[in-house]
Amino acid sequence: MAGIGGAETTGKKVGWGLLNAVVVIYALLPVLWIVSLSFKSSATLADGNFIPREWSLENYQNIFSTSEFTRALINSIGIALIATTIAVVFGTMAAYAIARLDFPGKNLLVGVSLLIAMFPQVSLVSPLFEIERSLGLFDTWPGLILPYITFALPLAIYTLSAFFREIPWELEKAAKMDGATPGQAFRRVIAPLAAPGVFTTAILVFIFCWNDFLFAISLTSTEQSRTVPVALSFFTGSSQFEDPAGSIAAAAVVITIPIILFVLFFQRRIVAGLTSGAVKG
Amino acid sequence: MSHATTENTATAGASPAPVAPRKKALSEGKKAERKLGWLLCAPAALTMVAVTGWPILYSLLLSMQRFDLKFPDRTEWIWFDNYVTVLSSPYWWNAVWVTVLLTVVTVAIELVLGMSLALIMHRALVGRGIVRTTTLIPYGIVTVVAAFSWRFAWTPGTGYLAEALGGEPVLTEKIPALMVVGLAEIWKTTPFMALLLMAGLALVPDDLLKAAAMDGASGWQRFIKITVPIMKPAILVALLFRTLDAFRIFDNLFVLTAGSQGTSSVSMLTYNNLIKGLNLGIGSTMSVLIFIMVAIIAFVFIKLFGTAAPGSDDGGKR
Repeated sequence: MAGIGGAETTGKKVGWGLLNAVVVIYALLPVLWIVSLSFKSSATLADGNFIPREWSLENYQNIFSTSEFTRALINSIGIALIATTIAVVFGTMAAYAIARLDFPGKNLLVGVSLLIAMFPQVSLVSPLFEIERSLGLFDTWPGLILPYITFALPLAIYTLSAFFREIPWELEKAAKMDGATPGQAFRRVIAPLAAPGVFTTAILVFIFCWNDFLFAISLTSTEQSRTVPVALSFFTGSSQFEDPAGSIAAAAVVITIPIILFVLFFQRRIVAGLTSGAVKG
Repeated sequence: MSHATTENTATAGASPAPVAPRKKALSEGKKAERKLGWLLCAPAALTMVAVTGWPILYSLLLSMQRFDLKFPDRTEWIWFDNYVTVLSSPYWWNAVWVTVLLTVVTVAIELVLGMSLALIMHRALVGRGIVRTTTLIPYGIVTVVAAFSWRFAWTPGTGYLAEALGGEPVLTEKIPALMVVGLAEIWKTTPFMALLLMAGLALVPDDLLKAAAMDGASGWQRFIKITVPIMKPAILVALLFRTLDAFRIFDNLFVLTAGSQGTSSVSMLTYNNLIKGLNLGIGSTMSVLIFIMVAIIAFVFIKLFGTAAPGSDDGGKR
């Protein structure tokens, strides 16, 4: 019995506390470092100290005074929100069909989305670059939204169909007995029950779109549709001799804030969502 | 679809048996269900096929042409010459080895670290919530942001790590630079691995472990003989996902070394040929080769370990 949830002695608690501390430091160290850099004044930026000697907001003032960053922030938010909305709507419909309905071609759809989940995205960059240029989609919002939806769909379909399978069948049957069509059963009975799953999926998909770099750097060329991760890599500092590290750090902190908020408020949901689709197989 | 169902009703109508109307009603319901199923799946399926299907074929076509956007007049059909060029290029093979090395080393370390982290999250007596919350931060944070954090940390003068280790510029030499890239990759993706493994840990019945402990099995024996076999599917899924993901490594490399000093991965090299070099022919050839390599990895995983792809089996039923 020893070792498995036996006596919870203080010694054990201290041990766990130490282990926890190691994990927390491991996870937070790079984040704290970039936060610290972002608050350093330009004079102390390159002093190599982990904690700023001189706190200042000048980096934040700098990035918010240029359209290079603000425009990219608008692009990032807009593109990620639109792609997430569409991917979650399409994914919900498909996952409902996969979890509840019987129709030929279902396994094919599951197979195709699995293939896409494993797909090397760089393989799509060359043809999409050329196709989008000829269609006039290159360097536009839809030009990024389309590949984001595509690669978010497998994630959405898996997570959602796992959630949908947990919903009690009988309620849908009862609704049908009372005269509801399958479509009505979907809208009136299942959709409200599925809302938490849909919400979780939306967070995961949003994180995916927010995070993307490869498509964003390959399929854009101007401020018009560049997202923040790409804009960051083009920061040069306001003069040739200025180190852009401060601006990059400040911009990096700004786009990390939504992630931290999601993690703080929806930790349980994110863990459930990430693990539900993957392990039941 | 309509074909199959009309056949159904046709046979029902042809045989004047008394059961015919009931059978017809059933197939009406079945028909509606199929129709709804297709309708609901159509938007997702069409989007996925349109954005991946045609481009993949198109990149096959592009890969057999001399197609350089700097010299668009000299575009011509050259069959497999691009493949010969790429496959005989030392840069390509260097990129392949860098990618394979990074994939194998980081995934192996992630498996060990991820398993420890999963055990900590699963068994923690105190502070489980805090640990789970903080480990999600590396998973969620934008890869480019994390990469910049590591880059500045290793920049001589600016960075705390560079200062702590004597101010050597590590990112300008191949092997140290690759180690930093690997470190950044491991930091970012271990939590994801740990979460997948933790879900597997939850399937291990506590009673079984307790019984084994009563019989005198040590902690290590319990882990190897009970926990690992039960978790095997979860481990394989986590390995497959991370291997394929690690093989695509791009963001970290782009920020940390931009592929200089021979640190390019295959994705990095493709990007450089395509966007920097504007050579669509060579870029597409590399794209196709990467696609083939990934397909081989996935195939080997599924064949060797017979792992059920996530969701595929129970996704198919019901």
